[in-house]
Amino acid sequence: MSPDVIKFLFGRFSLESLPLHEPIVMGTFVVVALGGAALVGALTYFRVWGYLWNEWFTSVDHKKIGVMYMILGMIMLLRGFSDAIMMRMQQSMAFGANDGFLPAHHYDQVFTAHGVIMIFFVAMPFVTGLMNFAVPLQIGARDVSFPFLNNFSFWMTAMGAVIVMMSLFVGEFARTGWLAMAPLSGLDQSPDVGVDYYIWALQVAGIGTLLSGINLVCTIVKMRAPGMTMMKMPIFTWTALCTNILIVAAFPVLTAVLALLGLDRYFGTHFFTNTMGGNPMMYVNMIWIWGHPEVYILILPAFGVYSEVTSTFCDKRLFGYTSMVYATVVITILSYLVWLHHFFTMGSGASVNSFFGITTMIISIPTGAKIFNWLFTMYHGRIRFELPMMWTIAFMLTFTVGGMTGVLLAVPPADFVLHNSLFLVAHFHNVIIGGVVFGMFAGINYWFPKAFGFKLDEFWGKMSFWFWVSGYWFAFTPLYVLGLMGVTRRLRHFDDPSLQIWFLIAAFGAALVAIGILSSLIQFYVSFRDRERLRDTTGDPWGGRTLEWATSSPPPAYNFAVTPVIHDLDAWYDMKSRNHRRPTDGYRAILMPRNTPTGLYLAGLSLTFGVGMIWYVWWLAGASLIGVFAVAIHHTFNYDREFHIPADEVTRTEEARTRALAAAGV
Amino acid sequence: MSGDTHGHGDAPAHGSRRTYLTGFALSVILTAIPFWLVMDGSFGKQATALAIMGFALVQVLVHMIYFLHLDARSEGGWNLMALIFTVVMVAIGLVGSLWVMHHLNMNMMPGMGSGDTSGM
Repeated sequence: MSPDVIKFLFGRFSLESLPLHEPIVMGTFVVVALGGAALVGALTYFRVWGYLWNEWFTSVDHKKIGVMYMILGMIMLLRGFSDAIMMRMQQSMAFGANDGFLPAHHYDQVFTAHGVIMIFFVAMPFVTGLMNFAVPLQIGARDVSFPFLNNFSFWMTAMGAVIVMMSLFVGEFARTGWLAMAPLSGLDQSPDVGVDYYIWALQVAGIGTLLSGINLVCTIVKMRAPGMTMMKMPIFTWTALCTNILIVAAFPVLTAVLALLGLDRYFGTHFFTNTMGGNPMMYVNMIWIWGHPEVYILILPAFGVYSEVTSTFCDKRLFGYTSMVYATVVITILSYLVWLHHFFTMGSGASVNSFFGITTMIISIPTGAKIFNWLFTMYHGRIRFELPMMWTIAFMLTFTVGGMTGVLLAVPPADFVLHNSLFLVAHFHNVIIGGVVFGMFAGINYWFPKAFGFKLDEFWGKMSFWFWVSGYWFAFTPLYVLGLMGVTRRLRHFDDPSLQIWFLIAAFGAALVAIGILSSLIQFYVSFRDRERLRDTTGDPWGGRTLEWATSSPPPAYNFAVTPVIHDLDAWYDMKSRNHRRPTDGYRAILMPRNTPTGLYLAGLSLTFGVGMIWYVWWLAGASLIGVFAVAIHHTFNYDREFHIPADEVTRTEEARTRALAAAGV
Repeated sequence: MSGDTHGHGDAPAHGSRRTYLTGFALSVILTAIPFWLVMDGSFGKQATALAIMGFALVQVLVHMIYFLHLDARSEGGWNLMALIFTVVMVAIGLVGSLWVMHHLNMNMMPGMGSGDTSGM
C-alpha cells in the first residue's frame, strides 16, 4: 500500500506506537492480556454472557447501574494504585547515582495517569455509584427520572476509562500532570498523542457525568415520596442534591476549557498558546473554576454517608439536621468562590489573593460545623463499632488534620512557601483519602447488604480498615515533613541522600495500603463464599432509619410495592416506632422502564470517535460521529420503552418477603 | 418511573403559535443587528463587542420566555430558583475571571497596557 493510503487508514498510528521496547509496559500488557483472556474464557465457560448482557449491561435499573459504577471504580482503583506504588518505589530508590527504574518519559505519564484515574475514574464512579444506588431508595422512588439516560451515562464514564487504559498499551498518556496545564499541553510542547488521550477520555466521561448529574437532580426534585418535603429528606439525599447541582454547574466549564485546548491542538487556534495573543493563564483560571467545585463534588456525598452512618450506629437522630443542610448548601455556594487559591503564586496581587484566601478560610466554618454535629450525635449515643462507624471515626480524625493543613495553605504567604511542594500533595491526599475514600468504604460496607442481601465479612473488613488507615498515615506524614523542608512534587530523582529515609517510610505506607486493598478484595470474596452465614433476611440489618431499609435486601426491581407516605425525618425509624404494618395485599401492576442496549451502543461509538480523533484517523472519527447521531435519532423512534410488572408477580414477590420476615421473627 | 407521579397538572403552558412567532421574530432581529454592526464596522471595536454582548443577553431572555416558557411560577418556582442560581454562577465565573486576569496582566505584563485583556 502506498504511504498515503496507510496514512489515510491509520492516521498517525504505526507499529512504533506500540511500547514493544519498554519492558515494564510489555510485562504489564502480558499480565493484563492473560488476565483478560482468562476472564473472557471463564465467562464463556460458565455461559454468563447472556446473563451479563440482559441483566446488567443493558439494565436501566438504578441499583444495578450503581453497582456497575462501583465495580468500575474498584477496577480503576487497582490501576491508579499501581501507578502510586510505582511512584513510591521510584522516589524511594532514585538517590545520587541510582536512577531508579522509571525513565523520565515514563515517570511523567505515571503521575499524570495516577491523578486522572484516581479523580475521574475512581472517586467519581464511587460517588456516582453510591448516589445512583441509594438516592431513589431513600426517597421512595422506583427508579431515577431518566432510566435510559442513566445507563448511557454509566457507559460514557466506562468508555472514558477504556480510553485512558488504552493509552497504556497503544501510544502513550499525557506527561503534563493531571490538569494538563497549558502551554505544556499545547501542540508545541506535547506534540504526541498523550494529551489527546487525556482530552478525549475526559470529554467522553464528562458527558456521562453531566448527564447523570442532571438525572439525579431531577430525581430528587421531582420523585420524592408523598410527604417528603425538602427538610424531611435524608441527609445523604441532600448532599447528593448539592453535589449534582455542582456537577451540572461545573462540568460544562471543564468541557469548554478542554474544547478550547482541543481547538488549539487540532485547528491551530491560540486560546492558550504563549504567542499570537494566547493566554495560558486563562487555562489555569478556567480549569480551576471547574476544579475546585470538583473536590466538593467528591466530598459532599461522603459527608452524607458519614451523617447516615453516625446517626444509624449511634441509634440517635442526627444532631443538628437543619444546620447540616445549611452547611451543605453554604459549602455548595462557597465552593465557587475559592478557585484562585490553587494559583496564588500566579501573580494576581494582594487584593485578589486576600479575597480568595479569606473565602477559603470561611469554607472551613460550615465544614467544622459538620464535624461538631457528628461528634454531638455520638455524644451520649449507643455507639456500635461496626465497620461503617469505624471508617467514620477514622475519617473524623484524619480529615480534621487535612482540613487544618488546608486552612494553613489558604494563607497566601504560607502558600508561597508551600506551593507545588510535597506538603500540598500530602494535604490533598489527606482530605481525599481521609475524606472521600474512607467515606466510600463506609458507604460500601453500609449499603452492601442492601444491594446483595448479605453483609460484608467483618474480619477482612477490619484488616482492610487498619491497613488502609495506618498505611495512609505512614505514606503521607513523611510527605508533610518533606514538603516543609522544601521538596517539590513530581520529582523523579533526588541528590540529597538525607531525604531518602522519609521516602522509604512513605513507600512502607504504600505497601500497607496495598495490603488494605488486597484485604478488601478478600473481604468481597469471603463474604460471597459465606453469604449464607452473613445473610440479611430482614432488609434492615443495621437498625436503619431511612427508607432504603424499609424494603427487602436486595430490593425488588420496583423497590417499593406500595409507595410509602412520609410523616417525619428518618422515615423508616418513624414507621417502626409507630408500629407500621407492611401492606400484604392489594398490590397493583407496576409500570417500569424497559432495558435497552442503546446506551452501550452510543458510548461505544463515542469511544471509537475518541480513538479516531486521538490518532488522526479522520474517517473513523467521522463515521463514528454520524453513527452516534444515527443511533440517537433511531432511539427516539423506539416507543416500546415501558412494561408492566403484573400484579400477581408483585404479589408473589411480596408474599415471599412476608414469609421471609415471619421466618426472621420480625 | 411510577406513572402516577408524572401528571402534567403543574406543567407550564406550552405556548401558542403567536408566542412562538413573536419569539422567532425577536430572535431574528436580535441576531441581525449584531451582524450588521460587525459588517458595518463604523462603531469601533470596543463598542461593537459590548453591543454584541448586550444583544446576546436579550437574546437569552427571549429564548427563555418564548421558547422555554420560563416564568416565576412554572414548576412551583423551581425553574426561577434554578435560573437565579445559574445567573449567580455565571456571574461569579465571568466577573471573577475578568478581575483575576486584569490584575494578573497589570502585575505580570507591565508595559503591555494595563487594560490589555486580549488573551481572553
